[in-house]
Amino acid sequence: MSVRYAWLRALARPTAAIGALVVGGWLVVAVLSHALAPFDPLHSMVPLMTPGAHGPGGTVFWLGTDALGRDVLSRLIYGARTVVVVATAATLTAYALGIVTGLLAGYFRGHVDIALSFITNVVLSFPVLVLYIVIIVALGASAANVVLAVTFGSAPAIFRIVRAITIDLRSRDFIAAAITQGESTWRILLVEILPNASGALVVDFCLRLGYSAITMGVLGFLGLGLPPPTPDWGGMVNEGRTMAFAFPHLVLFPCLAISSLVLGLSLLADGLRQPAGRVGRG
Amino acid sequence: MSRRWFLRKAFGMLLTMLAVSFLVFTILELNVDDVAVKVLGQFSTADQRQAWLQENGYTAPFLLRYLRWLGAFVTGHWGTSTYYREDVLTLIAPRLAASGLLAGAALLVIVPVGLLMGVIAGVREGSVVDRLVSVFAIVTTSIPEFASAVFLTALFVFWLGWLPGVSTMADGFHLRELVLPVGVLTLYSAGYIARITRSSMAEVMQSPYIRTARLKGNPLRRVIMRHALPNALITPVTVIMLQIPWLLSGVIVVEVFFAYQGFGTLLYQAALNTDIYLIEACTMVSVVVVVLTQVASDLMYAWLNPRMSFGSSGRAAGSG
Repeated sequence: MSVRYAWLRALARPTAAIGALVVGGWLVVAVLSHALAPFDPLHSMVPLMTPGAHGPGGTVFWLGTDALGRDVLSRLIYGARTVVVVATAATLTAYALGIVTGLLAGYFRGHVDIALSFITNVVLSFPVLVLYIVIIVALGASAANVVLAVTFGSAPAIFRIVRAITIDLRSRDFIAAAITQGESTWRILLVEILPNASGALVVDFCLRLGYSAITMGVLGFLGLGLPPPTPDWGGMVNEGRTMAFAFPHLVLFPCLAISSLVLGLSLLADGLRQPAGRVGRG
Repeated sequence: MSRRWFLRKAFGMLLTMLAVSFLVFTILELNVDDVAVKVLGQFSTADQRQAWLQENGYTAPFLLRYLRWLGAFVTGHWGTSTYYREDVLTLIAPRLAASGLLAGAALLVIVPVGLLMGVIAGVREGSVVDRLVSVFAIVTTSIPEFASAVFLTALFVFWLGWLPGVSTMADGFHLRELVLPVGVLTLYSAGYIARITRSSMAEVMQSPYIRTARLKGNPLRRVIMRHALPNALITPVTVIMLQIPWLLSGVIVVEVFFAYQGFGTLLYQAALNTDIYLIEACTMVSVVVVVLTQVASDLMYAWLNPRMSFGSSGRAAGSG
């Protein structure tokens, strides 16, 4: 069965299809933010308008405005761009770190493995949120530091997956053949071993992208995420929290946005995982 | 349980804790000028900072400072909070108890709910109930705690008016104020435990010994209770212990949201005020909790699983 076929079959599953649709939708919103947003997300107009209220010059604030008079819908739309860019960057850097260290530890074993596994255990001894808080307090709240914190927090789990797969593949004949052929170690790791790990990693990537989005949201909610006035869903919840009783639209919409995005990613991951699960059970 | 295995675990634990303490100290106190700014505030003058650094022994080399800090920490001298102006140890103790209460109450709900859903789903793999539990688990584990807190608050506080929206416990302990925080934590964690239990249960139900028990004419109920459950619950019970670090992260968010005066709000306040001695202490305490649960999880797995031996290669499987 070719790889492309497996993907198509997975997408035909309802859960995966719904997930792909939701995630795809948010991707489109993120890419086309500037065209879709009715207002400048940083521009102050009339404060605390309820959803559907009319603004100056016949404009409509479909989701209302926040305490500073900024259009909530526009901030939500630009927030999609923020989360897609930052969460993807954070997940990719975590993968780069996790894959390289996992391959090295699994392939060379010995001292390399002991050292890397120990570091992994040390990082995993932190409750993730505490680790993020410590990093953000030490380095300050910025997009780059959020990426750094997520990289640090996620890489250990990726390291473990890659390490386990590498240890398994290391003893196979085709690796022995590659060594005999005189292929370089890096070529063996990246061309022979890594592609065989990609199935498990693709599923994990979808889930982890969701975790990164949640992390961004939680840090924003705690006021430790991207600094204002960047449109950020978690930050919007944080800013609107004290006024939520009178103006629930300030917190409800960003919460719906982040929940739908993460749910889409989880459904996608679930749909992609099922085929492999069935085969495994025979 | 062999003593050697136990000693190795204890040694590993100690080594991890040492590394963690070094990491935390390096991240927060490598740059002494930053420390001075954090303690004295942004508007302190350079002279004030210099004087403070000299007074508090920050002119010593980094490693020496670390060793001093570690010594003080081990003997219970955790410093003074710059924000609360109180001894960190006396500040943390009651907050930790409050959070323990919240986390304990949450576990009391999460564990039965999660196990029950997982067992029901796993017994009949592929049934409607199974699909429902799976979808429920995916949905609830995808909603961040702060979002489900918003949703539950909107529903039960603003709309129905059944529950209080804050859990400050200002005038004594009220069970009512614990409902929403526990609800949010349950929503996020029960689904995960249900998923693990489901796959474990489904696997056991397909094994030959269960088929044999069924073919011998045992009623399904008896087969599940006597034969399937004891084996199927080994993994979930171990996983529950490993969930506690995640629960701790959730507890922080939930406490902040509902203004519950626990460990999480303390750490949150400390973070907002860059109260570094308090942050250091909170971090170390939370790491101790995590490491202890990891060891407990290993022990539990070994105790529950008769196939596990503590030989020379005695390494608790599943944790590596």
